[in-house]
Amino acid sequence: MNTSAFDPIILSLVTFIPAIGGVLILLIPRRDRDIKVFALVITLLAFVASLHLPVHLHRNQPGFQFEIDQPWITNPNIHYHMGIDGISVWLIVLTTFLTPLCVLISWTSIHGRVKEFFILLLLLETALIGVFTALDLFLFYFFWEATLIPMALLIGMYGHGRKVYAAVKYFLFTMIGSMFMLAAIIWLYAKTGSFDFAVIQSAIRSGSVPGFTNASLWLFLGFFIAFAVKVPLFPLHTWLPDAHVEAPTAGSVLLAGVLLKMGTYGLLRFNLGLFPDQAHHNAPWIMVLALIGIIYGALVSLVQPNMKKLIAYSSVSHLGFVVLGIFSFTTAGLNGAMFVMLAHGVATGGLFMLAGILYERRHTYEISEFGGLATPMPKYATFFLVAVLASVGLPLMNGFIGEFLVLSGAFQARPIYGILAATGVIWSAGYLLWMYQRVFYGQVKHEVNKTLPDLNLREKTALAPIAIAALVMGVAPLLWLGAIDPAVQAALAPFTQLTAKVIGQ
Amino acid sequence: MTPNPYLWLIPLLPLAGAAINGFFGRRSSKKAISAIALTFCGGAFLLALWIAIGFSSASAPYYFDLAHWLRSGDFHADFSFYLDQLSLVMMLVVTGVGFLIHIYSVGYMWDDDGYYRFMAYLNLFMFFMLTLVLAKNYLMMFIGWEGVGLASYLLIGFWFTKDSAAAAGKKAFIVNRIGDFGFLIALFLMIQHFGTLDFPALFARIQPITPETAGAGLLTAIGLLLMVGACGKSAQIPLYVWLPDAMEGPTPVSALIHAATMVTAGVYMVARSHVIFERAPTALTVVAIIGTLTAIFAATIGIAQTDIKKVLAYSTVSQLGYMFMACGVGAFSAGIFHLMTHAFFKGLLFLAAGSVIHGIGGEQDMRKMGGLRLYMPWTFSVMGIATLAIAGIPPLAGFWSKDEILAQAFNTSWVYWLIGVVTAFITSFYMFRLMYMTFGGDYRGAPAHDAHDSHGHGHGHGEPHESAWIMLGPLVVLAILSVFGGFVGWGNHFEHFLDPVFKAAAEPGVQEPIREAGGKALEYILMGISVSVAALGWLLAHLLYSSRPQLPARIADSLGGLYKAVANKYYVDELYALLFVKPLVDGSTTILWHGVDQGVIDAAVNDSADAARHVSDEVRHMQSGNLRSYAGWVAAGGALVIAYMVWMGVRG
Repeated sequence: MNTSAFDPIILSLVTFIPAIGGVLILLIPRRDRDIKVFALVITLLAFVASLHLPVHLHRNQPGFQFEIDQPWITNPNIHYHMGIDGISVWLIVLTTFLTPLCVLISWTSIHGRVKEFFILLLLLETALIGVFTALDLFLFYFFWEATLIPMALLIGMYGHGRKVYAAVKYFLFTMIGSMFMLAAIIWLYAKTGSFDFAVIQSAIRSGSVPGFTNASLWLFLGFFIAFAVKVPLFPLHTWLPDAHVEAPTAGSVLLAGVLLKMGTYGLLRFNLGLFPDQAHHNAPWIMVLALIGIIYGALVSLVQPNMKKLIAYSSVSHLGFVVLGIFSFTTAGLNGAMFVMLAHGVATGGLFMLAGILYERRHTYEISEFGGLATPMPKYATFFLVAVLASVGLPLMNGFIGEFLVLSGAFQARPIYGILAATGVIWSAGYLLWMYQRVFYGQVKHEVNKTLPDLNLREKTALAPIAIAALVMGVAPLLWLGAIDPAVQAALAPFTQLTAKVIGQ
Repeated sequence: MTPNPYLWLIPLLPLAGAAINGFFGRRSSKKAISAIALTFCGGAFLLALWIAIGFSSASAPYYFDLAHWLRSGDFHADFSFYLDQLSLVMMLVVTGVGFLIHIYSVGYMWDDDGYYRFMAYLNLFMFFMLTLVLAKNYLMMFIGWEGVGLASYLLIGFWFTKDSAAAAGKKAFIVNRIGDFGFLIALFLMIQHFGTLDFPALFARIQPITPETAGAGLLTAIGLLLMVGACGKSAQIPLYVWLPDAMEGPTPVSALIHAATMVTAGVYMVARSHVIFERAPTALTVVAIIGTLTAIFAATIGIAQTDIKKVLAYSTVSQLGYMFMACGVGAFSAGIFHLMTHAFFKGLLFLAAGSVIHGIGGEQDMRKMGGLRLYMPWTFSVMGIATLAIAGIPPLAGFWSKDEILAQAFNTSWVYWLIGVVTAFITSFYMFRLMYMTFGGDYRGAPAHDAHDSHGHGHGHGEPHESAWIMLGPLVVLAILSVFGGFVGWGNHFEHFLDPVFKAAAEPGVQEPIREAGGKALEYILMGISVSVAALGWLLAHLLYSSRPQLPARIADSLGGLYKAVANKYYVDELYALLFVKPLVDGSTTILWHGVDQGVIDAAVNDSADAARHVSDEVRHMQSGNLRSYAGWVAAGGALVIAYMVWMGVRG
């Protein structure tokens, strides 16, 4: 059988398998076990289907592949246009990789309203994949906003503590940010008559968009604000720790693992893709914000008494690396940014899963409630250490590859940025190892912790893929970079011309 | 360059051992664990020997490209291995001493509950250390560099239920990371200016550059940054503070990682980068100054320590300083020579100290030892040999390498030489002090039952006793090496062997050895001085700790504050805590977290939220309902959008 027969429909398939599964769950009777098994099967199916994409992607062929472009609505001119390249393909796989693990990790931690939980999770997965496949700005915006509702509900309904406050804060922050993007999209549509990414891009590049020169800064900022909130870039990050702390484990995993990458993906695809001049022009202050995020996030992380908040602030630091890499406009920087996105998704996703496992046993994230856990829970401690080492960027683990490339790129762009950002290798070792020491080493301080059960089979099954991925990505990064590198070089083409122009003047 | 398809197996064999014991060790018998660990480590040693026997300087360097690793644009760094005379020496030292310490560990750690874990970690360390040594590019070296840091972290904190051990492991990792930061920046500079990290290609591009005699320049910057990395890994001023704490680890670890191999990685790295350093005289001078200062500084602290392992730890820091002094004066082969002999005698000293600690039930305080020569004659003999070796008494190993360094240092500046000689005197003194306090006089330890057992060795301790042969065997082998290992330096054989590495690349006329400059007579005078100060140190130790044992306390009293400062390691740890750690933690808490994050940003957000209160009220309304209303909201919104689109589509 010719596998390319799948090509035109594969993206739709991958995107909508979870949503269809979610609708089907509606029809299943309220027997929790059946629902969980079904959700697991669906998410695994989506994962397997998504593997078709990297396997059959032509790595050196520029432009979008597996494209489907159907007119959907004529007025306004909206297309059902999907396609992927070496940049988006891995973010899709990251999403489909993490979601089954989220199902596993939520197996016993969700008590009431199980059916709705898994429906929301599956709808969220479709929306996330949609964000990375959509090539029509309207479709993109649709998926973008569609992620908001299930996530806010996951936090608000299944979270703990001040869950409603956190959900509302999350909702408002990203909603307000998105408004600016919507305005920019509408402006572009009004001037070009199209929502199509490629059409708009070529119109801008050929200079045939009336009034673009005057508007470009505002358009750039419109997209930028929406994405910067999502990343989150300092100082727009304060929704993140609250959302994370109160979110259920699966919510945190997808939030850190994938949702934040919507922001950095958007910066890469739209801010660089549509407005290279503005991106170039505004890079200095954006890089400064990224740098502040790296150091600030790490230092605040250092002093968090709450394990989940600590991991949340570490995300601010890691995502700062991504933004720094993107706006370095170097091959190394962009490759690294992409790789950090993936590595952070795996490692931090793993850390949140681990935090959730502990929460299920003790109903707290306070670091001071633990200590000496390596004695009662040696397997748990081992998995935790693997995630920590991946996160601190130990060579041969996935965190190193991305961090190294980003720093090298930032250094080429501006040595001082590379140097300041490189202090991150010290901070990350500081906050993670200190936390690890306080949670796992020493004598068991609290009586209840002496009898905590170690990982069960389900938990090990959920964590093993994380550990394996963290290692494989660190040892054989070319499996990923092989697709990323050509796409990144293509994305950088306008910038090399730009730099050449500057030098030519 | 000749390909050698077996090189990659040397690091990979111990990795396999680590993996097997790591995954299955918990359920295996101790015999099976030992067999795996020793087979894979011993296999690496035998393979290394076999490669060494087939090594010919005519076809060196050897290399092997195993697989691609990292590629981005034009930049690439691969899993490639490289063996020249320099890495050959390192490879043999690491696998040889490493294998001996593996054997010793079987005896030393047998009764520990975490035996499988310990052996797996040791194998893992071997993998990373051999990767470091055999790497063909800086990035792969960096894998080993950080990897040995990980192994060190795990092994220092091996008895993790002890808070001090856990803290020491973390401290070692973080301080090393400060050094790694410098190393990384150096790599970025190389990538930016030379486009590669591959040793042969990179050094070929640097060769034509003329030395930066005018002071600062690119190569000077790279050299200084590399030295920052070396200061972390090899415990030099100002980053040495982690090494004494690292003694919390089991003693075989102290011998293998914190004396014989890992801590010398910085020296190896500087020697490996000699092409860069030779063209950066300022950086080289900094290396020499740091090495010299560390040598004497750490030696003085060693005088006043009472924990037997702490004495050896500061001694290691000091001896590493010697090696950097050698590199700094351009005598790279002398530095590597001392690295090798030091691996023999310092490895032996630690293992013998371990034998002592093991034999008296975990006690490390020398004030509670004494008289042990009667109880453990073998340990006493081999430790005596190691002491003679480190003190520089001819014809033992340490004499040859130390003498070589001092002679070369004199050739550059008499100041280095003088400090080196004073250090040699102090070294001799504190080592013989250790010998007298441990083995001389009468046993001062607690009676059998009170001997507290901090390390959790299972068996009870009666009288101090000699260790088993599985531990004494490696000691004897190392003792033989400590006696005869220096003879490879006879007639400068060792130096000539390394010449293809260090001389071929050197600028002609730079740093010629002393023999031309000073002549034989001067050489013998210098040698005589260094031997006499060693003897003087011994004499003083004998006087203070054997014939007049009440004197040291009186001297300490009369010195007052100075003695206290030395005994407390000049309060450097306290100073660092006050200057860096505390401000960082306090500042992050009060200024950044409570101040900026909550006080400024969130406050601003909440204020604007108040202004838009009706919005949040609405949302809160939505949130407060039951499930049906949530689902209803979602469904209604979704249905509306879809209906609109479908309708538009149909209409179109």
